[in-house]
Amino acid sequence: MSDANPNLPNPNLDAAAAMATEVPQAAALGFQMVSASDARGVMHVPWREDLVGDPDTAVIASGVVTSLLDHCCGMAITAATGERRPTATLDLRIDYMRPAASRAGVTVEAHCYHMTRSIAFVRAHAWDADPADPIATAQAAFMLAGPAGPGTGGAA
Amino acid sequence: MTSQDHLRAFLERAPYIRFLGMTAELAGDELTGILPFSPHLIGNTLLPALHGGVIGGFLEMTALAQLAVTQSTPRVHKTIDVTIEYLRPGRALTTYARADLRKVGRRIANVHVEAWQEARSQPIAALRGHFMLAED
Repeated sequence: MSDANPNLPNPNLDAAAAMATEVPQAAALGFQMVSASDARGVMHVPWREDLVGDPDTAVIASGVVTSLLDHCCGMAITAATGERRPTATLDLRIDYMRPAASRAGVTVEAHCYHMTRSIAFVRAHAWDADPADPIATAQAAFMLAGPAGPGTGGAA
Repeated sequence: MTSQDHLRAFLERAPYIRFLGMTAELAGDELTGILPFSPHLIGNTLLPALHGGVIGGFLEMTALAQLAVTQSTPRVHKTIDVTIEYLRPGRALTTYARADLRKVGRRIANVHVEAWQEARSQPIAALRGHFMLAED
């Protein structure tokens, strides 16, 4: 029951880096970690043909941006706690300001601006070329789960 | 074009829908989005559970698919905002979703979507969103 404890402290933030590559959905989308420190995380997803939402414009699909926003929020929490703690998204609100540019990758910065013992509050914004000209912003709340041992998964 | 044709055109149009592996079925004009489980959709390997972004993307695509069927235009409707509530972990199972067009105005549609797995009475996630309707 104690093996593979995800709560082991990891001061080097390798845990945050691992989030970009070890999670199957993040690996499938090609997420790259840019930085993680001071309760902030930055991640990037390069443009890819198979991630396009509208072939007429070759703009990356909003669902990819949703995944990146959600994932980067999780990384900001990891950056805030210094450990990789399982989180469950409670809610995620996304405003889409404008489509990304054609054939452009997307970068997200998330900030975990408040945390209680069990809940983390995170804001994030996504851009293609200029952080000051966002394509989307997000506001999310996450539940911080305890250690995940056998029997905690599955049934709600 | 029939509703089936509009749905097929929508599903075949976006590479991202093929990336997800999403399909959909129509009963009359009511659409059910279907997302078969696939390992690349996992966001939490311990449970395992579907990635929150996958669930959000699937809910949004279901809303857009329903709009493509009932508000068909050659162009794509655009998402303005979505609020996603996560109710239960998305397990390694097929996920279904149905969209309710709460209000379709001249330019904006307000859509609610709910996703479930084994029992519709136990939804795993819900989405409320506004969509800008494409003009012909």
